Amino acid sequence: MSALDVAAVRKDFPIIEHHASLGRPFVYLDSASSSQKPRAVIDAMSEYYETTHANVHRGVYAIAQEADARYEAARRRVARFVNAPSENEILFTKNVTEALNLVAGSWGRANLRAGDIVVLTEMEHHSNIVPWQILQEQIGFEIRWLRVTPDHVLDLSDLEQTLDGAKVLSFTAMSNVLGTIPPIRHLVDAAHAAGAIAVIDAAQYVPHLPTDVQAMGADLVAFTGHKMLGPTGIGVLWGREALLDAMPPFLGGGGMIREVRLDGFTPEGLPHKFEAGTPPIAEAIGLAVACDELDRYGMDAVWAHERRVTAYAIETLTERLGDDLVIHGPPADGDRGGVLSLGFKDIHPHDITQVLDQSGVCVRAGHHCAKPLMRCLGVGATARASFYVYNDTDDVDALADALLACADFFF
Amino acid sequence: MPGLEDLYREIILDHYRNPRNRGELPSPPAHRAEGFNPLCGDEIVLYVEVDGGGVIRDLKVGGQGCSISQSSASMMSAAVKGKTIDEARALTRAFKALMSIHESKLEGDGEPDGSGTDTPVPDPEVKLGDLEALQGVVKFPVRIKCATLSWNTLTQALDEVHQAS
Repeated sequence: MSALDVAAVRKDFPIIEHHASLGRPFVYLDSASSSQKPRAVIDAMSEYYETTHANVHRGVYAIAQEADARYEAARRRVARFVNAPSENEILFTKNVTEALNLVAGSWGRANLRAGDIVVLTEMEHHSNIVPWQILQEQIGFEIRWLRVTPDHVLDLSDLEQTLDGAKVLSFTAMSNVLGTIPPIRHLVDAAHAAGAIAVIDAAQYVPHLPTDVQAMGADLVAFTGHKMLGPTGIGVLWGREALLDAMPPFLGGGGMIREVRLDGFTPEGLPHKFEAGTPPIAEAIGLAVACDELDRYGMDAVWAHERRVTAYAIETLTERLGDDLVIHGPPADGDRGGVLSLGFKDIHPHDITQVLDQSGVCVRAGHHCAKPLMRCLGVGATARASFYVYNDTDDVDALADALLACADFFF
Repeated sequence: MPGLEDLYREIILDHYRNPRNRGELPSPPAHRAEGFNPLCGDEIVLYVEVDGGGVIRDLKVGGQGCSISQSSASMMSAAVKGKTIDEARALTRAFKALMSIHESKLEGDGEPDGSGTDTPVPDPEVKLGDLEALQGVVKFPVRIKCATLSWNTLTQALDEVHQAS
């Protein structure tokens, strides 16, 4: 594995060049929200619209067939990226939120009854909480929670008891607030031992680590394009073919049916059964190219690079900002990704990010769509810096400088 | 790009560092109202004590949030304490007009004509005083909701007091 050449990677991203040409500092530390896009992705989508666009699935004419072929080729590319056994197991959705709503709305509605048990964790994004709560209001099952310890990892001491009688365990593969990566295979195996299916929200995982859905062992895995160099508007749900086959359709409409009569319908087979309406065609093509780019960088190299930058960040920020700084999350050598949730000198995260913006440092402030976790941490909000392929130690230094300037400003 | 000094005027930072009327009141008799900014997690808890003559006898502010929401709440509490409900409502209208005048300017609509349903019509007699320091907030549109949170919560509290009486 060769190390990631960040200087070369940065040249792949037009937005970096754009800000440099304007003479503006651009320290983008918000990839956990959404990554920037390389030129190859932008160009592939433009080229598709300029040469090939037509609707998929129903066209006989040449460009419609070509659009269809490229859309399905994108599905195969994404399948290969996460080592899915079959492209029929790759469902394109709008985002992870829609993918998890599909899981709750299709699998959950078909399989959960009053008195059943759903297990989630306290560090879930709202998109892996609210779809279950919506269904809970309609059906009346119980939701149990795996808690977060003071060390910012999942408390698994009562795992077996918590899972006892559960029908589903749905959990994040990497916290979007803490960076915590739980023991995925252990959780999946425990769920299966209890007779539950395992669902993984891999939104923060797939962009950063080599991903093999078969090795993960779960039944359903959701991730999204725009956090992994791809465009917005496309998410992915991978599922075991037999499980997806048995699930009823989620959204109804064109594209997902084999037959419609006045007295009913017959759904299409996989994967189209779950892709009602005109799908995100250009976005799928863009996502496939994002997979190409990430594989060109090498996911092992991407992960090693992020671990290095994260370790440097934890060391540097702690050293330069001292006790005034709180980093919510596991230590550098723990099971964690490149997401740092910060508290600094009681300055509200909104004020921190406002001042950081003056230095061109882009970090996110707020509850990060994880209000139960915020309550657990005892804070209303954090300032969150997150790293990706185009970030390096110079960005960390700029963040530390900006935080010190922030302290000067308010005190 | 507007500078930080437009947003963080010295008087705002003073109210942030030394918030006025911070605390709680026994409820009842005080009326308690909560306001949330779901975008950022800011929350304001107001305790409002109104006497039989419709005068705000006491008011305390709790909750947590950024410097803008907390200083706005602090300045609001100082401004409406001892005022009648009608005076407090007039001040609220004037403050919200200060925020929305600039909102419409930002959108290129020029001066407001007061015909918009959401545009409060300020009474020209109402003097905002120190609160005018917050007008720089409108150059940072995402922060306007921070500044107006405590005022919306006050309106909610006064509405509820009115309904209860």
